Amino acid sequence: MNATLDQRLIRITVNNVVHHVAVSPRQHLVDFLRDELGLKGSHVGCEHGVCGACSLLVNGQLVRGCLMLAVQADGATVQTIEGITQSGAAADLQAAFVARNALQCGYCTPGMLAAALDLVKSRPHATRAEVREWMTGNYCRCTGYQAIVDAVCDVLAKRAAKQSAAGQTGVQS
Amino acid sequence: MSSNRRNLPPVTGHDRYIGTSASRPNAARLTEGRGTYVDDIELPQMVHVAYWRSPAPHARITRIDADFARLMPGVVAVVDGAEMAKVCKPWVATLSHMVGMKSAPQYPLAMGTARWQGEPVVAVVAQTRAQAEDALQYLVVEWEPLPAVVDTETALDATTPVIHPELGDNRCFTRTLDTGGVDEAFARADAVAEITFQFGRHTGVTLEPRCQISDYNPSEKRLTVYHSQQAPHMMQDLYSRQFDLPESQIRVVCKDVGGSFGIKVHAYPDDFATVALSIMLGRPVKFVADRLESFTSDIHARQHRVTGRIAAAKSGDILAFEIDDLTGIGPYSMFPRTSAIEGNQVVNLVGGPYRHQQYRARLNVVFQNKTPTCQYRGVGHPIACAVTEALVDAVANTLETDPLQLRRQNVIPDDAYPCAGISGIKFEGLSHQACLDKITAMMDYPALRREQSELRQRGVFRGIGFAALIELTNPSAAFYGVGGARISAQDGATIRLEPTGAVTVMVGVGEQGQGAEGIFAQIAADAVGVPMSAVRVVTGDTDVTPYGGGTWASRGAGIGGEAVLLAGQALQQNILALAAAILKRDAGTLELVDASIIDATSREAVMALSELGRIAYFRPDTLPPGVAGELMVTRHYAQRDYPFIFTNGVQASLVEVDVDTGFVTLLKHWVVEDCGRVINPMLVDEQMRGAIVQGIGGALYEECLYDDDGLLQNGNMADYLLPMAAEMPDIDVAHIETPTRSSKLGAKGAGEAGTAGAPAAVMNAINDALRPFKASVYSQPITPEKILRALGKV
Repeated sequence: MNATLDQRLIRITVNNVVHHVAVSPRQHLVDFLRDELGLKGSHVGCEHGVCGACSLLVNGQLVRGCLMLAVQADGATVQTIEGITQSGAAADLQAAFVARNALQCGYCTPGMLAAALDLVKSRPHATRAEVREWMTGNYCRCTGYQAIVDAVCDVLAKRAAKQSAAGQTGVQS
Repeated sequence: MSSNRRNLPPVTGHDRYIGTSASRPNAARLTEGRGTYVDDIELPQMVHVAYWRSPAPHARITRIDADFARLMPGVVAVVDGAEMAKVCKPWVATLSHMVGMKSAPQYPLAMGTARWQGEPVVAVVAQTRAQAEDALQYLVVEWEPLPAVVDTETALDATTPVIHPELGDNRCFTRTLDTGGVDEAFARADAVAEITFQFGRHTGVTLEPRCQISDYNPSEKRLTVYHSQQAPHMMQDLYSRQFDLPESQIRVVCKDVGGSFGIKVHAYPDDFATVALSIMLGRPVKFVADRLESFTSDIHARQHRVTGRIAAAKSGDILAFEIDDLTGIGPYSMFPRTSAIEGNQVVNLVGGPYRHQQYRARLNVVFQNKTPTCQYRGVGHPIACAVTEALVDAVANTLETDPLQLRRQNVIPDDAYPCAGISGIKFEGLSHQACLDKITAMMDYPALRREQSELRQRGVFRGIGFAALIELTNPSAAFYGVGGARISAQDGATIRLEPTGAVTVMVGVGEQGQGAEGIFAQIAADAVGVPMSAVRVVTGDTDVTPYGGGTWASRGAGIGGEAVLLAGQALQQNILALAAAILKRDAGTLELVDASIIDATSREAVMALSELGRIAYFRPDTLPPGVAGELMVTRHYAQRDYPFIFTNGVQASLVEVDVDTGFVTLLKHWVVEDCGRVINPMLVDEQMRGAIVQGIGGALYEECLYDDDGLLQNGNMADYLLPMAAEMPDIDVAHIETPTRSSKLGAKGAGEAGTAGAPAAVMNAINDALRPFKASVYSQPITPEKILRALGKV
C-alpha cells in the first residue's frame, strides 16, 4: 500500500493509553481514532468542521476531530467520549442528558457532551443565553436544543450548589 | 407539560408507566458513545465503495475508462451501470391509486444518461474509502451536457426539453379537486385575499449520513444488509424483487440510526448499487455517504409554488379556499413511495381545520433535472398549513378581525365529530376549540398584543403568528398498500416471558431516536404487569421481529404501540391461566402486578413471576396434564377504521424583526397538541420541539440553492444553514388528549405535527411584525434579504 511509504510515527495518549503508531499524514484525527484504535464513540457528521459531532478534547481543549490531522496530535493527550465516560468527568452531564431526554438519535451526543463539559468547566457561571451561545458550535437535528440547554443548565446549577456548599463548610473540591 | 386528560381511563388495569415521563432505557449508552451506527460496524473481508456521481444536471455519458483507476492501490472493482443492470432490475416508482401518475425506469447506476447532479454513475470499490476516493481521481468519464430542465414554471412548456421522451412530457402527476360553488363563493364574498407562495427546496440533513453495509454470502446465497433505515421489511421486500432473491434469504438489520426524518425511508439507487456490488463480489461492501453526497443524493423536499385564494363573509365566516400548486420533484419519482405524495397531501390538507363548504385545488407535479424529492417530515403539511394560515391571517386583516378570533369562529367545532373535511378526508375526533382556548391562556395573548402595540411606538416591531393544523397519523393501507406498494400498514409485536420473569419485546416498528423503544417498554411493562427494568425491547431486525411497516407517517406509537399493548395483555392472560393451573385456582381471582401474581381480592402475593417461569420452563413435568405455558405471544394491529387518524393542534410564534437589517429574532414559541393519549409526556414534548425546530429551519434558513444551470451551490453544512442553539426559542408545549377509539391505546402520532405548523406560525408572526409597513413575505426560507426587499430597503 502506497500510504505506508510516507507514514509518520507519532506518540499519542488516548484515554490514558499511550500509542506509538505510524499514521498516514493525511489521516484526520477522528478517522485515526475510529479506524485505527476502534474508538467508535466519536462520530463523523460533516468532515468540514461545522457540525461538531466529532468534537473531543486534545490537551484538555475542545477540538474538532475532522479538522485536526493525526500527525498534528503527536505528543498530545486525547480524551474521547469513551475516556470521558471512564473518568467520570461528565457523569453528571450524561445523567442530565438522559433525564431531560437531551438526545434522540444520539449521533451528536458525544460531541455535544465534550462541548458541554468544556463549558461547565471553563464557564461555571454561564447564563442560559450563554449556554445557548456556546452550544451553537454543535448541531443537533433531533431535539431542537431546548432539552440540551436545560440539561447543561441543570448541571451548572448543581455544580454551583455543590461548590457553594463546599465553600461554606470549608472543604476544597 | 400540562395536560387536559379529560378523565382518561387507564389503558391497563395498572397504568404505572403509561402516561409518565419515564426515561428511555436505550439513552444512557448513547451518552457514553456506545451506540452501534452502521459506520461503526466492521466485517471480515469488508470493502468500501465510493460513487462517481454526475457533475452535471443532465448529461450523456459517452465514455468510461477505468483502466487507470483499476491500477490504483487497494482497488477491487470498478462497475458501471450496464454491468450492474445484469444483477439488479430497474424500477418505476408509481402508485396505482394516484391515477395517471408516471415515471421512468430507474437503475442503480445511470445508464448512459445522468439526470441530476449527484446521480451515481460508476462504482469504485477498494479496501478503504480513502483508496476508493483516490481511484475516483483516475477514473475517466467523458460526458456531453444535455439541456437541463431547471425551472418548474416552464417544465411543461412545449419548448422545454422532455427529460424522459417516452413519457411524452415532464408531468409526473396532476390532480384537481372541486366541490363546486367556488366561483359563486368568491363572487358573494366580502373579503378575498390572494397570495402566491414560494417554498424552497430543502433536505433533512441527518447528522449521520445515509449508510449501509451489504453482506452477500454466496455459500448460502444469503444477503444481510446493515442499514440506517426506517423500514427494514420494506427494504427486504425491495431487495428480494430487484435482485430475484427469496425474501427469506434476506435479512435487513437496523441498529442505531443517526437521525432519519423521512430521509431514510426511501430506497435509493446507491442502496441497490451497494447490494449489487456485494452480490457481484461475494463479500461485504460498505457505503457511507459523505456530506456532499448527502446534499446531492439524499431526497430533497418541498419546492412548491402555490397560488392561494380565500373568500370570507363580513361575519368572519370563511367561505372558500382555492389553490394551485406546482411542485418539482427531480427527474424520477422516488422508489417505492413515489414523489407525488407531498403535492397530493397539499391538496388534501389545505383548509383542513375549518368548516368552509367550497374548495378547489389544482396540482401539477413536474420532472426537472435536480435531486429527486420525496417524503420528509411533515410531507405536504408544512405547505398546506402555511398556505391556509397565511390566507386566514390575510383575510382577518382585511376584515379587521383578530386572527385568533377568526380561527375560533371558523374551526370545525369540537362537538361536530366524526365528520369529513372539505377535501373528503375523514376526521374521527379533533379538539381545535380546546386547543385555541388553551394556547390563548398559555401565552397570555391579550398582554402580548398590548406589549406589541407599546413597543411599536418605540420602533420595536414584534409579531405574533398562529397556525392551526391537522396532521394525518396512524395510516391505514390507504397510504401505500392500496396503490400496490408492498409497505406494511400492519405492525406486530412478540412478547416473551423469560424464565426469570423478565420480558423480551420484539416490535416491527424501530427506533431512530424518537423513543419508540422507550414507549414500547412502558406499554409492555403495564400490559404484562412487570417493572420497566424487566423489559427489553428488540427492534430493527427482519430475522427477529414481526413483519411490519416501520417508522413513517407518525405511526410508531399508534400502530406499533397498540401491537405491543395487545401482545402484552394476551401474554398476561396466558400467564394468569398458567398460574391458575399451577395454583389450582380460578384465573379470575388472580392478577399480575409488578412481576408478582397476587390474589385479586386480598392483594397478597401468591406466586412470583420468576417462580412461574421456573416451573413453566424447567419443571413442566409438574404441570397438570394438558397444561402448557404459552409464554410467547404475538399480536398484530392495523388501523382500519379510517384512512388516517388525524391529530390537531395550534402553534404560536412571537418574533421581533429588525427592520433595518431584516434579521428575525425568535422570542418564543407555544404549541398545544392533541395526539390522543400521551404515553410519555417528556418524549412527546421533545418530538414537538425537535419537529418545530426543523419546521423553523425550512421557514427561515434551509434551502438547496441551485444556479440557473441546475447546479447546487451550497452542498455543505457551512453554506446550507440549519437551526442552531443560539437562534432557537424556548418552546412551551401543552396537550389536549382526545384518544382515538380505533385502538385500545388511543394514541395518535406526534412526530411530525411540529414541522407541519411551525413554518406557518413563524411566517405569520413575521408578517404581523411587518404589518405597520404594509409589507409581507410569502417566500420561504424568509431571509433577511427578502424582508428588506419587502420593506423596499434594498
